[in-house]
Amino acid sequence: MPQVGQGAKPRAGVLGIQGAFQKHLEALERAGAEARLVLHKEDLDGLDALVLPGGESTTMAKGLDRLGLYEPIQAWAHAGGRILGTCAGAILLARSCQNHPVRTLGLIDLRAARNAYGSQVDSFTAVADAVAAPGFEAMRCIFIRAPQLETPGPAVEVLLRVDGLPVLARERNVLVSTFHPELGDDLRVHRALLFD
Amino acid sequence: MTSKGNGPGSNGGGGGGGSERTGAETFELKIGLAEMLKGGVIMDVTDAEQAKIAESAGACAVMALERVPADIRRDGGVARMSAVDMIEQIQRSVSIPVMAKVRIGHIAEARVLEAMGVDFIDESEVLTPADDENHIAKHDFRSPFVCGARNLGEALRRIGEGAAMIRTKGEAGSGNIVEAVRHLRSVCGEIRGLQALQSEELMSRARDMGAPYDLVRFVHENGRLPVPNFAAGGIATPPDAALCRQLGAEAIFVGSGIFKSEDPESRARAIVRANTHWDDPAEVMAACRGLASAMEGIEMSTLDESERLANRGW
Repeated sequence: MPQVGQGAKPRAGVLGIQGAFQKHLEALERAGAEARLVLHKEDLDGLDALVLPGGESTTMAKGLDRLGLYEPIQAWAHAGGRILGTCAGAILLARSCQNHPVRTLGLIDLRAARNAYGSQVDSFTAVADAVAAPGFEAMRCIFIRAPQLETPGPAVEVLLRVDGLPVLARERNVLVSTFHPELGDDLRVHRALLFD
Repeated sequence: MTSKGNGPGSNGGGGGGGSERTGAETFELKIGLAEMLKGGVIMDVTDAEQAKIAESAGACAVMALERVPADIRRDGGVARMSAVDMIEQIQRSVSIPVMAKVRIGHIAEARVLEAMGVDFIDESEVLTPADDENHIAKHDFRSPFVCGARNLGEALRRIGEGAAMIRTKGEAGSGNIVEAVRHLRSVCGEIRGLQALQSEELMSRARDMGAPYDLVRFVHENGRLPVPNFAAGGIATPPDAALCRQLGAEAIFVGSGIFKSEDPESRARAIVRANTHWDDPAEVMAACRGLASAMEGIEMSTLDESERLANRGW
């Protein structure tokens, strides 16, 4: 695991094409990082961590394509960069996605089912199931037009479930959540991205 | 941990605990969806074909309506909630959120849209008001609402009623940005003004603005609205989008500006691009390159006060 130097703040980027990027910038700063927006491939230089925020995955996929960011982000992650995708960001990191598919980055071995719980009136909050990975117990999760994570591969560790379904998962340096840690005060997911 | 995820094809409706959630939780979820729309462009569409064009251009949501504001203005008559079948066709054709408009104060139209699972309801001055005294009590609904405002007092009154997103009224269907700019400057300027007050001065300011005291205090303490603040009304070009963002809007609505222009598809893409890169003039310039003509605009002084949609609601 890469170690952050004593006293030096980790440098984190948030993809700024569309969505809740401002909330993630604020959460990363509160979790102890120096955070900035990423819109061009040069913005990845020198980053320790990257967040793909919630928002609309189709909008972000169009933007990634126009900006030529698919390959640079893949290369950056393959070189060991830590990456977190929340909601739409999780869809973009998946191996593939269902229900109006978009082009994904394929950085975590699972499939995302878009809008799997329904429309906005089906959005909900829930406390995660009692069986949780150490450090993530009793997390309150906010789901907004959320996707579901399906068929996780053998290298994927499911860290949290709600009603038995995976909502937080990790494969090496790639972390995905179907809920929105940036909308609450709980910084454990952002800290896991920066420091675990 | 435990083994595999759920099998394929298990997309059940209805998230956990939906029916038992509290009012505060519901409001948190409504604002949450508004947060997800930030940095995006919401486009007016009148059929499934236009909705697909908007989605593939990078819109973060579409607003389903019967006629774009420019046509409502031209045709006159009573403008109402869109046909249910048309909204359903649009819901089936795209995966991004679908919004739709109801007349100001029309509780029953809003219940219909809620029953349809529309993602956001716009209680809009673009349609003919159903109630010229009262707006809808929006906290009573599970669906989130967006409302127009010309100034901070109006914005806080709508939030007090339960709006989870505020947009400027601008002057819909005019192709003229001047009113949206006036409303943004007014909302953002009044926010700065409230921040500078001392706490003893807040109650009399709340009285003068006709706004709920607790929301006035929130703005004083936080320097922002308690819900996302978007721009709408008269946006027709990529620099119009960039201007609204510079003035403090967190996302934009484009109504007639796209499908009343010569080449909607490329204009939609250009406005999305300028909106993402609003503070990068080189990108905004690139977005403008090669565009066909924008919609025709209306000079404000030629619009009689009675023809101004922004004057509907209070």
